[in-house]
Order: sequence, then C-alpha cells, then structure tokens
Amino acid sequence: MIEVDITKRIKTYRGWEDLRVKTQFEMGKITRITGPSGIGKTTLLKIIAGLITPEVGTIKFNGDTWFDGEKKFSKKIQDRKVGFVFQDYALFPNMTAEAHLAYGSNDENYINELLHLGEMENFRQHLPHQLSGGQQQRLAILRALSTKPVLLLMDESFSALDKELKVKLMEKLHDLFLVQGTTVLVVTHHDEVFYSSSALFSLEN
Amino acid sequence: MDFEPIYLSLKLALITTVILLLIGIPVAYWLSGKSTMAKIILEALITMPLVLPPSVLGFYLLLAFSPNNGFGKWLHEHLNLQLVFSFEGLVLASIIYSLPFMISPVKSAFGHLPKTLAQASYTMGKSRWQTFIYVLLPNIKASVYTAAVLTFAHTLGEFGVVLMIGGNIPGVTKVASIAIYDAVETMDYHAANQYAFILFAITFAIVLAVFIFNKKAVKNPFE
Repeated sequence: MIEVDITKRIKTYRGWEDLRVKTQFEMGKITRITGPSGIGKTTLLKIIAGLITPEVGTIKFNGDTWFDGEKKFSKKIQDRKVGFVFQDYALFPNMTAEAHLAYGSNDENYINELLHLGEMENFRQHLPHQLSGGQQQRLAILRALSTKPVLLLMDESFSALDKELKVKLMEKLHDLFLVQGTTVLVVTHHDEVFYSSSALFSLEN
Repeated sequence: MDFEPIYLSLKLALITTVILLLIGIPVAYWLSGKSTMAKIILEALITMPLVLPPSVLGFYLLLAFSPNNGFGKWLHEHLNLQLVFSFEGLVLASIIYSLPFMISPVKSAFGHLPKTLAQASYTMGKSRWQTFIYVLLPNIKASVYTAAVLTFAHTLGEFGVVLMIGGNIPGVTKVASIAIYDAVETMDYHAANQYAFILFAITFAIVLAVFIFNKKAVKNPFE
C-alpha cells in the first residue's frame, strides 16, 4: 500500500488553500487521479515523488517511510525509485531520444525494447525539438520507464496522442507494468485512460 | 613596435576568463536558486563593477592590496606575496572587475531553464552534480560562451583599475591600454595608433564572433 496522509499549503486561483489528502493506493495497480483543475493533482504527484515537501503528514510506501513531517524526515528523491512523466514533458534539449533512455539505463536491449514500445525506433537520433508533440510525450513516458521505477507517476501523459495510438500504447504499457510489477498513479481528465484496468481516486474540495 | 603590452593584455584576459569560468559558473548556479537576502546582497556587490567608476574600485583594491593594510599585509607577511604593482594583483583585480560579465548571463540562463528539467533528472536517480554536468550545463552552453567572450573582451579593455593597481611597469603590468595612454602622454601618436588599432581589431573580431555565433546558434528551445 502507498499510504498518503498529508497537508500542503498551495496557491490556487482563489488564494492560499490547504491541500489535504488522506488515502491509500494499491501496490502493483493503476490508479487514476481525477478532479477539477487547480485542485492540486500535480502537487500531489510531486509530493509523492519528493519534489515538493508537505507541511505535515506522512507518506509510506509499502511500509517504508518516505515522508514524516513530525520527524522532519523526507527520503531523498533519488532513493524513492519513482518515474515521473511531467505535464510539460521536461525533455532534455541536449539529448537525443536514445540518449534520454541511456541516461536512465545501461541496458541496450531494454532501451531498444522501450523505443519499440513507443514506436520511436526511427527517431532515436532526434533531439526533442525535432520531434512532434506526440513523439515528445511518448519519449517522456519511455524516459520515466528507463529506470524501471517501482512507482510511476504520470501527469496528463496521453493528452498529445491520437486515439488509436493512445489505445495501442496503453495496452503495451499495461503489459509492461504487469511484468515489472509497477504501481502507477495517473493524473488525467480523460476517462478512457486505463479505464477498464484501474482504480479511481477523485480529489475534491 | 613593442608587442609586450599586447601579449600581457591577452595573457591577463585569458587567465581572468579561465578563472572566472571556474568560479563564476558555480556561483551563478547557486545564485539562480531560491532567492535569499544573502544572495541578493551578494548579487548587488557582484554587479557594482558595472556601475562604479573603475577608479573607485581601483582605489579600494589598492587599499586592500597594500602591504601596509589588512589583507595585503597578511599576504605579504604570510605568503610573501605583494599584489600591488604586480601581475598577480592585476589578475585578482580583473577577476573582481569582470565578475558581473561572467555571472549575470550565466545566472540568467540557469534561471530560464524549466525547473522540471532538474526534477526529471533527480527522479531518474541522478545526483545534483550529475544533473548539473549532464543536463543543466549543456543546455546553457551558448550563454557560457557569450559570458566567456564578454569577460575576455572586457578584461582586454580595462584601464582605470589596471592603472590604479598595476601602474605602468614594462613587462609586468604595462598592458596595451596603459601603453596607449603612455604613448599619448609622450606624444608618440604613432605607437598609440598601433596599439589602439590592434586592440580595436582584436575586440571587434571577438564581438563579431559572438554575434555570428549567436545568429547561428540554435534558438533557445524554451523560448
């Protein structure tokens, strides 16, 4: 179980508000996180990844404490072994598609497997600015997978893909998650994202 | 024509640029992070050479480097080093004088990189150092080149600070800009013209190279 019980003061269009989340996510499963814009979905993912520190609370991953506000303990981002697909992709402009994956993995076979999964074999030597929006988004997903994370955090990661490609990619990703035992949290506004194979967590006011 | 002043100027500019690259890039990176009062004060101090008359800076450095006062006295007594009227003193003064030319563009470039770039690298298990070397630094390359060239050109053209700290010792502190002044003082317009033309040509070539490089460089992918 991922046990999250945190409070974080965040700035919304209405001013400063408390983001309070108390929930559990099942291990080895996909959970969709939905909710209105600006409610703090991205912040929640970043808190779990360790990129944002909450004011109070605890986060436990399979019994391992990742954050404890009382003890002022926060496990290093690098040690959490998460993969993060950023909404703005955050691709490295100086690296080719292949270099992005090699930055996370030394396993050439696995890199090739990922490029094949994302249908990016023909773009391995392309820099991000030479790729289309959909290709960039796929590369962002593949890069996050390159480290074989135990937890994959996806922030609106299918928004730039056409329907056919989206369905195909989700099927392949689902198979990979099963093989690697990856726990996945997906922030999405779209119902069709992992609809049949996922649990739902709705962030409300 | 004595080429020693030109050689000294180029040597001073090169040494200053290399040292400032080593000091300036980490400082600029640190300054580009979360703003604190200490950082604001330090940045204001670093920017002072841009607005202060060189003679003011030169005067204070002269006092600081003097073997009769605090820092200069300590250096003289403990390391037997005299910075006033020496090439080493010129290098230190040039580093201080050219600090903003190195730090400002590099800091600005770091500040313009999206925060998610470093975050993506951290989530891939990479340390701050690895992230700096493999992700951040390569993506501000153009700004580092520009800053280095500006620092070089600016050091080449120094006059006030150099005159105050180094004086006019042939082969030691008599750089090209001082040689021009010296030649004019002695009414040797021919020599002044030669030095001035060479300085003009070198500086123009450097500035032109920056413009050509920036024109050819790939547009900042984040713009």
